[in-house]
Amino acid sequence: MTAVSCIDLCKTYRQGDQDIKALDHVSIDIQEGGFVCLSAPSGGGKTTLLNAIGGLDIPDSGQVIVAGTRIDNMSKGDLADLRLRQIGFVFQAYNLIPVLTAQENVEFVMQVQGMAANKRRDRSFAILKEVGLEGLEGRRPAEMSGGQQQRVAVARAIASRPALVLADEPTANLDSKTAGELMELFKMLNELHGTTFVIATHDQRVMTFAKRLIRMLDGQIVEDIDQRAA
Amino acid sequence: MSIVLRLAWRNLWRQPRRTWLTTGAMVFSNVLLVFMMSFQFGMYDLMIENTLKIFTGHVQVQAPGYLDDKKMRQTVADIVPLADSLRTGLKSNKVAARGITFALASSEERSYGIMIYGVEPGFEPEVSTVPGLIIEGEYFSGIAAAEIVVGSVLARNLKVGLGDEITLLGSGVDGSFAAAVATVKGIFESGVVDLDRNIAEIPLQFFDDTFYMQGAGHQISIFAADLNDVGDLQIDVQKMLPAGSNLVVPDWNLLQPGVRQAIQADMSSAFFMYFVLVILVSFSVLNTQLMSVLERTHEFGIVMALGLRPGRLGRLVLIETALMGLMGMLLGMLAGAVVTLWVAQVGFSIPGMDEMAVQFNLPATMHPSLTLFSLTTGPAVVFVFTILAACYPALRMHWQKPVEAMRAV
Repeated sequence: MTAVSCIDLCKTYRQGDQDIKALDHVSIDIQEGGFVCLSAPSGGGKTTLLNAIGGLDIPDSGQVIVAGTRIDNMSKGDLADLRLRQIGFVFQAYNLIPVLTAQENVEFVMQVQGMAANKRRDRSFAILKEVGLEGLEGRRPAEMSGGQQQRVAVARAIASRPALVLADEPTANLDSKTAGELMELFKMLNELHGTTFVIATHDQRVMTFAKRLIRMLDGQIVEDIDQRAA
Repeated sequence: MSIVLRLAWRNLWRQPRRTWLTTGAMVFSNVLLVFMMSFQFGMYDLMIENTLKIFTGHVQVQAPGYLDDKKMRQTVADIVPLADSLRTGLKSNKVAARGITFALASSEERSYGIMIYGVEPGFEPEVSTVPGLIIEGEYFSGIAAAEIVVGSVLARNLKVGLGDEITLLGSGVDGSFAAAVATVKGIFESGVVDLDRNIAEIPLQFFDDTFYMQGAGHQISIFAADLNDVGDLQIDVQKMLPAGSNLVVPDWNLLQPGVRQAIQADMSSAFFMYFVLVILVSFSVLNTQLMSVLERTHEFGIVMALGLRPGRLGRLVLIETALMGLMGMLLGMLAGAVVTLWVAQVGFSIPGMDEMAVQFNLPATMHPSLTLFSLTTGPAVVFVFTILAACYPALRMHWQKPVEAMRAV
């Protein structure tokens, strides 16, 4: 089944007195359980595409369909609900909430969803263990390394069992060893839970993990490779 | 604890100095409001009570029209039995009948126009401070004695002392000529020059005999147990009046409109000052919360990306403000109560205000009176304005787009 479908997406930004075409008639389908890398140089449109898929940004034209629902014409509140229940985000700069502990950060989305306290507590502990952070549950972001923070961010993204995880340059601030461990974690979650991953990156090491690699340039898809076949 | 509440509380302590500075501004204004309102309302109560205690009382029984036009013939018939029945009905001795007229008071050397009060010596001390203000001599020995108590300035003007005689000349209730001689029994001093110069009291029966009142009088002055009970007292007294009687029962607001007006004028200026204070504090809160929201724009973008609705984020900002406001309110009320209670013990005087204090029957040293109203009103208003001040930063959350917010540094 199709997890994400983008049809003829266009998005133009105004920068100074120039119009920048971030998405130029982009159309893709991503199947459930997919592990897709969007690769492009800076300004190539991968983050814009990721934001459009996640309902963080509205395209100028075209359609975005997530889990069978068209989202590009949804209200802010409905988009927030969609992200809350169906999509997990992992950002380049971890973006944990600084005043919450690792466990509270992981619980955050579940609590906003209204999950019972004991259930979300059990799940947050289990997921932190799964991402290798057992014993660090009570630490705040400032007390953890970059790799640990990114693991918490991953745990937060998958805690509510979203069907789709969108990751924007998740390894950009990590050393190669930690980056490798993170990708192994993504791969394991993808295989174990069937979670669809869409990862925007220009890190070659990350691309090797992807089942499918989509290369973009100047807002257009220039290459779409099924790496399983390769 | 809900995640929003937990986040709000912890967010407050990200910048503890800023939080304490803003809370401090609230505490300071709340202390000031609690103290000033306690002082102000304490002063008003004192002003009212002291003014009413001289003669007026909380309510009076009068003939209709007497309040507006104090004519001798506008009388309350059988005033002493009526006062007795009111004392019995109200189960209170704070009821006293009076007759009032103008007369010419003459000593051997001088004459002055004065106001004569015929009073019940046994009950007048219950409703008037004048009997307690006697500085020479004493109050009356009986209800029919041909005695007079005069103000100190009047005694000085007439050049009379204790035991001297004063001739009273006036007109009786029927318009006939009235005259009597009374012996000075006491001299009072209230500190209010107008009273001390123009007022004299004589026993009610002597007044009746002198001015041919035939048992009538002009007013029954009555005190309630408390100023707040005046409304009930007024209703009770009205019910106890003889059937078919057209007597009226005005309360102190009607009897002494000047006191109410003075209080209202003072309150207007005081509340304007309070309002300015509250607005200043509100702007301080607005500044703090706006800064706090602006510097967290990126973080708000993240939580919006995670699925928190803009409305819930707005609530977060409001809860943060409410928590800070609550701290300011509780600490302000506590500190305000301590300061007020301390000043209530030691007293408070404003240099140079002695004359004004006398004019309003106030003592030179005043004591604020802490009430639930004075303790809570100011801080509650500050709290409400604090929340209102946070509405703009909270509303910004609704306008914010996640992707733009996340781009903020």
